[in-house]
Amino acid sequence: MTNKFEMNDPVADLKLDRMKQGLVGSPMDRPDGKMKVSGQATYAHEWDVPGRVYGFLVRSRHPRARVTGINRDAVMQMPGILGVYDDKRLLRNPAQGMADEAPVQGTEEVFYLGQPIALVVAETFEQARHGAEALEVSYTTLDDGVFDPETANIADDDRGRKALDQGDIETAMAQAEFSLDETYRTPGHNSAAMEPHCSIAEWDGDQLTLRGSYQMLKFNRNELADSLGIDPANVRILSPYIGGGFGSKLGIAPEAVSAAIAAKDLGRPVCVTLARQQVFDMVMRRSETRQRVRLACDQSGKLTAIGHEALVSNLPGETFSEPVVQATHFLYGGATRRLGIDVARVNRMCAGSVRGPGEAVGMQALENAMDELAERAGIDPVEFRKRNIPEEHPEKGIPYSTRKLHEALDEGAKRFGWEKRSAEPAKVREGEWLIGTGMATAARVNMLQESQARVTLTAEGKAVVETDMTDIGTGTYAILTQISGDMLGLPPENVETRLGDTDFPPASGSGGSFGASSSGSAVFLACEDIRKQIAEKLQADEADLDLENGEVNAGDQTHKLSDLLNGKPMTGEGHVVPGKTGEAVSQGTYGAFFVEVAVNSTTGETRVRRMQGTFDAGRILNEKTATSQCYGGMVWGIGIALTEELMFDNRDGHIANRDLAEYHVPVNLDVPDIEVHLLKERDPWASPIQSKGIGELSICGAAAAITNAMYNATGIRFRDYPATLDKVISGMAD
Amino acid sequence: MQKTELTINRKKRSIEADPRTTLLDALRHHLDLTGTKKGCDHGQCGACTVLGNGRRINSCLTLACMHDGDEITTIEGLGTPDDLSPLQAAFVRHDGYQCGYCTPGQICSATAMLQEVAEGWPSNVTEDVEVAPPLSREEIAERMSGNICRCSAYPNIVKAILEAAEADQ
Repeated sequence: MTNKFEMNDPVADLKLDRMKQGLVGSPMDRPDGKMKVSGQATYAHEWDVPGRVYGFLVRSRHPRARVTGINRDAVMQMPGILGVYDDKRLLRNPAQGMADEAPVQGTEEVFYLGQPIALVVAETFEQARHGAEALEVSYTTLDDGVFDPETANIADDDRGRKALDQGDIETAMAQAEFSLDETYRTPGHNSAAMEPHCSIAEWDGDQLTLRGSYQMLKFNRNELADSLGIDPANVRILSPYIGGGFGSKLGIAPEAVSAAIAAKDLGRPVCVTLARQQVFDMVMRRSETRQRVRLACDQSGKLTAIGHEALVSNLPGETFSEPVVQATHFLYGGATRRLGIDVARVNRMCAGSVRGPGEAVGMQALENAMDELAERAGIDPVEFRKRNIPEEHPEKGIPYSTRKLHEALDEGAKRFGWEKRSAEPAKVREGEWLIGTGMATAARVNMLQESQARVTLTAEGKAVVETDMTDIGTGTYAILTQISGDMLGLPPENVETRLGDTDFPPASGSGGSFGASSSGSAVFLACEDIRKQIAEKLQADEADLDLENGEVNAGDQTHKLSDLLNGKPMTGEGHVVPGKTGEAVSQGTYGAFFVEVAVNSTTGETRVRRMQGTFDAGRILNEKTATSQCYGGMVWGIGIALTEELMFDNRDGHIANRDLAEYHVPVNLDVPDIEVHLLKERDPWASPIQSKGIGELSICGAAAAITNAMYNATGIRFRDYPATLDKVISGMAD
Repeated sequence: MQKTELTINRKKRSIEADPRTTLLDALRHHLDLTGTKKGCDHGQCGACTVLGNGRRINSCLTLACMHDGDEITTIEGLGTPDDLSPLQAAFVRHDGYQCGYCTPGQICSATAMLQEVAEGWPSNVTEDVEVAPPLSREEIAERMSGNICRCSAYPNIVKAILEAAEADQ
């Protein structure tokens, strides 16, 4: 019997806090660590699949066109070439996260420059790449391309998504004591996971095994099957190690489907890996945004109105629109509210989820605006935010679950030394460097998703955890080992966590920061199932069991688990389903960023000198991996504040900087020593284990803290991201 | 096809490969040494860093056939899961990685970097090039800036390298 639990009521029983083994929350090293640091972890490209051959995708050279033919024969004459495929099932772009069905398919019509239109397969990688470069493609070009989202016509049904119009914002702005009406622009971003997308497809009759680099396997299996027109039962996906995702590997992508088509035809396993430039061309971008923010407050600094309206873009036919205003709905008070998103349809590569979709750039603009309005109102920015933490959800009127925003602001300020700050800009100088400090709130929605897991207690008294959940660097191997180790009283070396295989029970997958809570709850429930079976054997109550170091104690009896099992393994299954707590309360995660920057008055160079982050995300499952996640988000904040920008050429929509030399992600020297402080919290509304998501929270507002500090250093407001040297210099000249 | 003989991780190996084969692809496709990673194939990310005759190099930027007779050390030659090198162990302890894909390159790079410092090589942030460079946080960060970590484990990478270097002294 599966231990199924629907999250309809808060779970006040803090069961994990009573467990004796003491693993959950501790900074345990990752069980997968030794494999990773010694080069033994098997990423998608690295499986030993005998007889495999290599495929290389061919990209369109035009943004809008019909492909009228390819010169297959010429390429087939080249050494080693095995096949050239322009099958109509090839994907135009990857599936969106949790799509569960095929994305737009087809190779005849081109919608963006860089779209995959054919696959060339050869005996070796070098031959396939050469063949792909040599393939002659004939096109009829189309002149209806739209490339600039700011001048595109917007269809009625693309206007006002997630819109809210509460009260009259024009009147509220006119009557306000202090107000702000500014427009912010953020450019497109690329996830730039270190491992380029790769799939090895292998058929055994009608059975397809895909070794790929994917974040959400139960969805990916259905997306792949739907793309190929086969039964999902005939598809198995293996992704035990993923070299970074950040949203770029949520949905099945062109390399997987093309590899499967070619492998079926050739009767040999086919490996297709994207070149780094192809990752930029054809995976997913974070949409650029134009955000108009309007804020109004009274004499005391209480917000009376919030307006947050954004323009984002995507390809025709895509349902995803960057949810820019997601946190604005619940973070601050203000009775009058106008929020919404317009979507421009452009012939740029597909837009989708990139770490912290919505808040990563939405909080950036909102927190810049809050900093500026605080200054106009003459109130300290920390105090200004505290005055605007609402009692209840300002739109729905429902209560919040746990929310330590006030504490995060106070604790962060104390740890950073905020009281030493000079509020007046451009007053602190060290030689040619201008020094400034700034802060911002962190906020992100919290979600729970359906997830299942199976845990087996072997006859030897060791645990095996199985779920098709993935670990994209987030620490899943560690936290599931800790949860089951605590629940079953086993040291971590006696727990084996197996992930990334669709033959295991389907999990939430990694995305939206819900992976740890969702898959962790499923494992928790599976272990609870085993504990009940043990209790039954001992004729005791499950709640009275103490399990530690392979022994179970119930009242006056103590047994070794292996003795109790008497040669027979025991299996538990857990299944968590989201329920009414998702609607009954507003669930979010919160925090605060504090930053010190130095801006060079001659060169315009900005260096982040100190960064402090304090976060509230419910129960922390592993202090070490949670801290690392927070480093990650904060460093992404440095990137999107200062350097990261997809540069689209508005003549044809192509990306001018499609590699890691031109698209600048932060490198080691860009990053100071960062302090992360995790607040102690248990959120009974969020999940049966009282944890919430943390992977994205630390990016949501981080960039604003940096540009707010740059304002304090220089007196220049940066509203057009990234805040590069040229903008600093021209700002200083004004 | 081009025959190349190399010494990899102290063992003589021989390959017959397309002359266009990079050292990186030779390791991954012909020698079953997949610990060395391909992140960009253009020398921009550092994931493919190996030691060539003791010096750190981007194995994607050099053809295998140019290394006939050379000694190559990859991550597999530095330590195994049961016998980690001090740097590898420090990376685990300090969580100097997340997804793990850039990690072999980081560790190979750090191994050679510490040797460069020991030999007195200055860097872009060395204030006085006349004296032995200090092994400061800033020196390590500068010298490791050719190895991108998109998970952004940089603070922990620096801590791990500092600890391993101090333990060595």
